[in-house]
Amino acid sequence: MTLRRILLAAALAMPFAVPGLAQAQGTLRIGMTAADIPLTHGQPDQGFEGNRFTGIPLYDALTAWDLSRGDRPTPLTPNLALSWEVDANDKTRWIFRLRPGVKFHDGSDFNADAVVWNVRKVLDREAPHYDPRQVGLTATRMPALRRAEKVDDLTVALITSEPDSFLPINLTNLFMASPTHWQKLREAAPNAEAAWNAFAANPSGTGAFRMTRFVPRERAEYSRNETYWGPKAKLDRVVLLPIPEANARTAALLSGQVDWIEAPAPDSVPQLRQRNMVITQNIQPHFWPWQPCFVGDSPLKDVRVRRALNLAIDRDGLKQLLGGFMEPAVGTVGPNHPWWGNPSFKIRTDKAEARRLLAEAGYGPQRPLNLKVQISASGSGQMQPLPMNEFLQQDLKQVGVNVEFDVVDWNTLFTNWRRGCADPAARGAHATNVSISTMDPFFAMVRFYDSKMAAPVSNNWGMFSDPKFDAMIAEARTTFDPAARDAALARLHAAGVDEALFIWIAHDVSPRAMTQRVKGYVQPQSWFVDLRTVSIQ
Amino acid sequence: MLLYLLRRILYAVPIAVAVGFVCFMLVQIAPGDPINAIVPPDAPADVVEQVRKDYGLDKPLPVQFGLWLYKVVQGDLGRSLATGRPVWSDLRSAVGNTLTLALCASLLGFIMGCVLGGLAGLKRGSILDRIATSTAVAGVSVPHYWLGMVMVVIFSVQLNWLPAMGAGPGGSADWAWDWEHIRHLILPMVTLSVIPMGIVTRVVRGLVAEIMNQEFITALRAKGLTNWTIFTHVVKNVAPNALAVMGLQLGYLMGGSILVETVFSWPGTGLLLNSAIFQRDLPVLQGTILVLAMFFVTLNLIVDLVQTALDPRIKRA
Repeated sequence: MTLRRILLAAALAMPFAVPGLAQAQGTLRIGMTAADIPLTHGQPDQGFEGNRFTGIPLYDALTAWDLSRGDRPTPLTPNLALSWEVDANDKTRWIFRLRPGVKFHDGSDFNADAVVWNVRKVLDREAPHYDPRQVGLTATRMPALRRAEKVDDLTVALITSEPDSFLPINLTNLFMASPTHWQKLREAAPNAEAAWNAFAANPSGTGAFRMTRFVPRERAEYSRNETYWGPKAKLDRVVLLPIPEANARTAALLSGQVDWIEAPAPDSVPQLRQRNMVITQNIQPHFWPWQPCFVGDSPLKDVRVRRALNLAIDRDGLKQLLGGFMEPAVGTVGPNHPWWGNPSFKIRTDKAEARRLLAEAGYGPQRPLNLKVQISASGSGQMQPLPMNEFLQQDLKQVGVNVEFDVVDWNTLFTNWRRGCADPAARGAHATNVSISTMDPFFAMVRFYDSKMAAPVSNNWGMFSDPKFDAMIAEARTTFDPAARDAALARLHAAGVDEALFIWIAHDVSPRAMTQRVKGYVQPQSWFVDLRTVSIQ
Repeated sequence: MLLYLLRRILYAVPIAVAVGFVCFMLVQIAPGDPINAIVPPDAPADVVEQVRKDYGLDKPLPVQFGLWLYKVVQGDLGRSLATGRPVWSDLRSAVGNTLTLALCASLLGFIMGCVLGGLAGLKRGSILDRIATSTAVAGVSVPHYWLGMVMVVIFSVQLNWLPAMGAGPGGSADWAWDWEHIRHLILPMVTLSVIPMGIVTRVVRGLVAEIMNQEFITALRAKGLTNWTIFTHVVKNVAPNALAVMGLQLGYLMGGSILVETVFSWPGTGLLLNSAIFQRDLPVLQGTILVLAMFFVTLNLIVDLVQTALDPRIKRA
């Protein structure tokens, strides 16, 4: 932080207005935060930045998010599947009707066989193209899917392990790669793994862009897919550059080496604005919480304490600390979301009420509440964990709560996340600080509220268990009408907020900076963007 | 000399095994889980265990080490957990990029160091000496990544003379020694050269000053030799020790500066190690450390041989 300040001070002391370097017309150059090009074989790694830049542009899934607007939570929309419904007689069998006339980049047809092949690549260990590497990146995001069956060329049946109304949402993560192209590469490769590596270097999906150049760890280049089945991209080319260091990304934008950067360094924003860069942000389906421990001697077993902490936090002050790059979190989703549900416990800043609740729970000046929280110094989606947690530490001190941090690195933090708060890895922490994606109901709520998801099965780190919540989850999973399902999820969300099952703190807003030359960009309330609408002048 | 060479090469074998063992175990005992390079943090336990089994990470550590070593002696450094690509293919391009950067930075640093150190040693106590000594102290003391960031601000962001990052307009894959590529090299090269420049300046200054005080220099002057001839005698006496220092410095630079390569997004071994550390990509970490360690051993061997050739008084046989 100090170095960054020195750097910016030096920069601000100098004259401005430097012309950019010469650039090709219609070429958008993006500086990503990733240290390497996310995997390009159809199931990207590097979190959702991978889906954003090497998933959605190159591939399509059966379902997708509608990324066309920024003023609402992104709804689910048909994509390679035109429609779907659960079998009236067997709630574990879904029928998906596929879009006709879609071709992969290699010219082969997209059809039911391709869907079955793509399901088998991650779920059928006996399949010749089974790829363990893609299992971890895909199967985790569609936990109930078991297999696919062809009904006819344009109809496919997907079978789940139990009735699961979340399946269409899960399927946004299963990208369709070309079986024909893979088979061709397999003939020249010694084994399936090598064939997938060759596929990654020369991929074939159905997306709006096709990859034309790939330099591992340095760049990926796309050109527009002229035979795309939907509205074609406006850009001629897209160049992706991994630039993991925030100051380096900012310098690359300011020196004209890129047109767009992800996550500019927050303290560089004034300088970027002075240089007429466009800074965009929008609330993301993400939240940055403290996840409580509900077992052992954890003081957070007491709902009054959890509510008190939620009320004690000055989220507006935290937003100011982050230069405006966050939205205060008053739940897992915001009030404009279909899953909100209008909880009776209103999360706000009310330190007097927080003190009263703590006193009621037996804490006060004579017996201060001592909390230990496991946090990381950095990490994907973790925003700025050190200054944010230090702010919370100071804030909570004002209501008589002493917070001690156990700082571990990001990898360790989420390894411990799977082990639960009763495990020695938690080192007695009463809460953990792992940021969470909320695009999917399973990932937003079910894995934390369901007693069957208690660690090490899933991410119910706090070992929360309540039959009432288990029943609400079962209801949501077996309600197949989308509106009714959302209503069931809204009841679940409201109950979670009322019980203060998290200390909700912030939503990320995914800041990015770009030159004035970038036109047609819409930042949806999503982790993803639609590059088809973007052009460059 | 041949026996000496063979013996040194044989010494390298246990060193390689020891380095392999240490780096394998060190990365294993580090906190965190290598499975996180493959599966996302929210993966359920059954998927995690399945992938762990698929990758052989469920086997006992001695078995994993044995399998790794067995492959390494066959020239196979394994596959990256994160990308699935062979470690060697990524390492090869990274080593090439780091070599380009390190050799250029070394050359610049050594030339500057020898010139400044030589002048300072010959003109002890003069203004020139003070300037050279101050430059050397600054070179050693200034954090090079900070210097890199400041140079980016000045030369890339403000003046827009040189690129801020990358190894060429199209990446390092099509590297050529033309201006479009060399201009990407200048800032990281200058940044990386500062430390060896400072160290070499100080070493050469001390050596030159010491030799200039020796009696044989007075004898040479008494014989009426020209300053240039005397200078060549000084150089010959300074060279072995200076070379040893330069060899070590080149070794350090070859290790790849994680910070400088990260600041400039230079796709060398430093950047490779950086991402491998954060991803717990054990095969990449182990392979990279092993190759760099062996490079260091080889470099030391070469320096020893050149030193012996330059100064026959150094008897090592």
